[in-house]
Amino acid sequence: MTSVKISEKPGKLKPEKFKNRHLMLKILEKQINCPGFATLFFEYNLDFRPGQFIMVWIPGIDEKPYTISHHSKKKFGITIEAKGIFSKKAIGLEKGDLVGIRGPFGTGFDIVPSSFSVAVIAGGCGIAPLATLVEKLDDSTFFIHGARSKEFLLYPGRFKTGRHYCTDDGSKGHKGFVTDLLEKEIQSRKIKNSGKNAEITGNTGNAENTGNAGNAENTGLTVQEGKAGRDQQAEKTVNTGAFDMVYACGPEIMMYRVFQICESNGIPCQVSLERYMRCGFGVCGACVCGDRLVCRDGPVFGSDKLRSMADFNRTALLKSGKAVDMNQFVSWRSR
Amino acid sequence: MVMVYGFEHIYKQAHKKKKLKAGKMTINFLGKTLKNPMVLASGVLGNNRDILQRVYDSGCALVTMKSIGPFPRDGHNNPTVIDLGHGMINAVGLPTPGYRNMEEEWKELENRNFPLNASIYGGSVEEFEMVAKFVSLKKPDFIEINISCPNSDQHGMIFGVDEKASFKVVSAVKKVIDVPLIVKLTPQALNIGKIAKACENAGADAICAINTAGPGMIIDIESKMPVLAFKTGGLSGPMIKPVAVRCVYDIFKAVSIPVIGLGGISTGKDAVEIIMAGASLVGIGSAVKSRGIEVFSKVNLELKQWLDAHDCTIDDIKGAAHKKQETRNKKQETRNKKQDTGYRIQDTGYRIQDTGNKK
Repeated sequence: MTSVKISEKPGKLKPEKFKNRHLMLKILEKQINCPGFATLFFEYNLDFRPGQFIMVWIPGIDEKPYTISHHSKKKFGITIEAKGIFSKKAIGLEKGDLVGIRGPFGTGFDIVPSSFSVAVIAGGCGIAPLATLVEKLDDSTFFIHGARSKEFLLYPGRFKTGRHYCTDDGSKGHKGFVTDLLEKEIQSRKIKNSGKNAEITGNTGNAENTGNAGNAENTGLTVQEGKAGRDQQAEKTVNTGAFDMVYACGPEIMMYRVFQICESNGIPCQVSLERYMRCGFGVCGACVCGDRLVCRDGPVFGSDKLRSMADFNRTALLKSGKAVDMNQFVSWRSR
Repeated sequence: MVMVYGFEHIYKQAHKKKKLKAGKMTINFLGKTLKNPMVLASGVLGNNRDILQRVYDSGCALVTMKSIGPFPRDGHNNPTVIDLGHGMINAVGLPTPGYRNMEEEWKELENRNFPLNASIYGGSVEEFEMVAKFVSLKKPDFIEINISCPNSDQHGMIFGVDEKASFKVVSAVKKVIDVPLIVKLTPQALNIGKIAKACENAGADAICAINTAGPGMIIDIESKMPVLAFKTGGLSGPMIKPVAVRCVYDIFKAVSIPVIGLGGISTGKDAVEIIMAGASLVGIGSAVKSRGIEVFSKVNLELKQWLDAHDCTIDDIKGAAHKKQETRNKKQETRNKKQDTGYRIQDTGYRIQDTGNKK
């Protein structure tokens, strides 16, 4: 149980069946989440995995990648933050307007079994790709959601999983960064696990895992550890047992901090990156991050990939292909 | 016993020989040794050093950078690349940071361990010269001039469809660079063989053919709008392979410099086909979508397997389609001549008998 190997199987990179051409859908419903945020719903049964994205085309304007924030058998929804020309236009769309959809593209999150102790960290509208994931994960998931202020904490009352809030201005929950909460939680869980005779906590979801840390003789564990040991020989830090997996999406600097925290505690993590995209299926190369294509190899990357990605939280390409640092990219993107 | 042993020995040797014939796939191209004949087409992936390295590591011998232009350019808005199933249509529109703004990229590429082909474009002969001169100083292994992009109003294709214009730009660029020069041609040219010949006369070291075909257009019937933001776009992928093969065939006939054949190549058999048309190297672009970045090693392996099965080398099959065609044409010509002159040479009894029977 020490760590989970996120393997990148070659078979997984193969694009799945998707519509090659745009699928033209009428907007079924529009919800204003908060100032500057809107969710568009479409009636279509999309074959989709949390973390994947679709290319959304407004005829005559532009086409941009969006993740799916709401998904059911009958309909799906995308949440849009008004930032640039396209997104401002997009939240101005009304019920019945035609929008073109291509996809879904990308790999999506590797969902761990429900017995794993998991943390999900969302920053701002980074909640969008994680929302469908949280719904699939166990209710005991440690779920942190941060935003500028109270009103920007999207989807209030949507999840069964309890949320730990965190705002920049302190209007709800912790005042500060989501990473503060994560570090604190890891520390407290470490202390809990460090005792030799770890008592099974009242928390049923975590019982199996927290108990295992001190119970080396457990037969199930030895098998598991043997496997993990083979896979993770290169791993430097041993997982302290606070979490088995951390999922994160938000500003890249936040994801980088999460990655660093996870690395120092030996916890595997998966983050969802963002780059300027053109084709969506790994040909044009506009979305390169290191030697990885965010559209095809990602947008979700596990720790093993992140370690070798020099461009993670460092450089991103502009539309022209010019490599710039992250700050410049973020300010260009929100033009 | 001895005889059996001897036989086995000879058999083994023969088998070894057979294996050796295709041997390593290394190719000498304009003085550079390439590990195999696979080339990454320009405009595909080549956006930074890391991804070029990855493409090289996954079996591509010569990687091409995205076209570098004279001024910073964003390219067109999305949608720019649409997959049609049997190929793609794209109008990315030559995005480039501009040749002056790429110092970091060049620095990273300085200590590379792979052969690099730098693609460049310009809007006029002067711009081509300017960019080429600068890029040449950065010591790529080859410079490819793109005189064939259909996705810009001012750049590219205007040169590639005109003999005189292509001669002018190629000779101007050739003067200012000191690395081998590859010229990328468009299938839109009325006579691609003549254009290639003009490029050869102007000093081109190799021809790369073809750029995207078309331009084509797709219209979304629900919104009644052309899908691509640029409205038209170049076609690529399996659907243009016959065009590519024809173009390479024409060019091979017209020039004596090597040809990089590309356009819709996605399997080893496709590679064999275009080599038979006259290509020395095989470029791959759109197939990255259907077969992943590993497509280069896959196609190379399939090509090698085909060569092994037919016990020949790349040189044996290069331009093979021409040889057969020529001999057949010669026979046909002499036959036609005979018929024209009204009598038959009576040198072989068989023929006389044959014609006699028919009469």
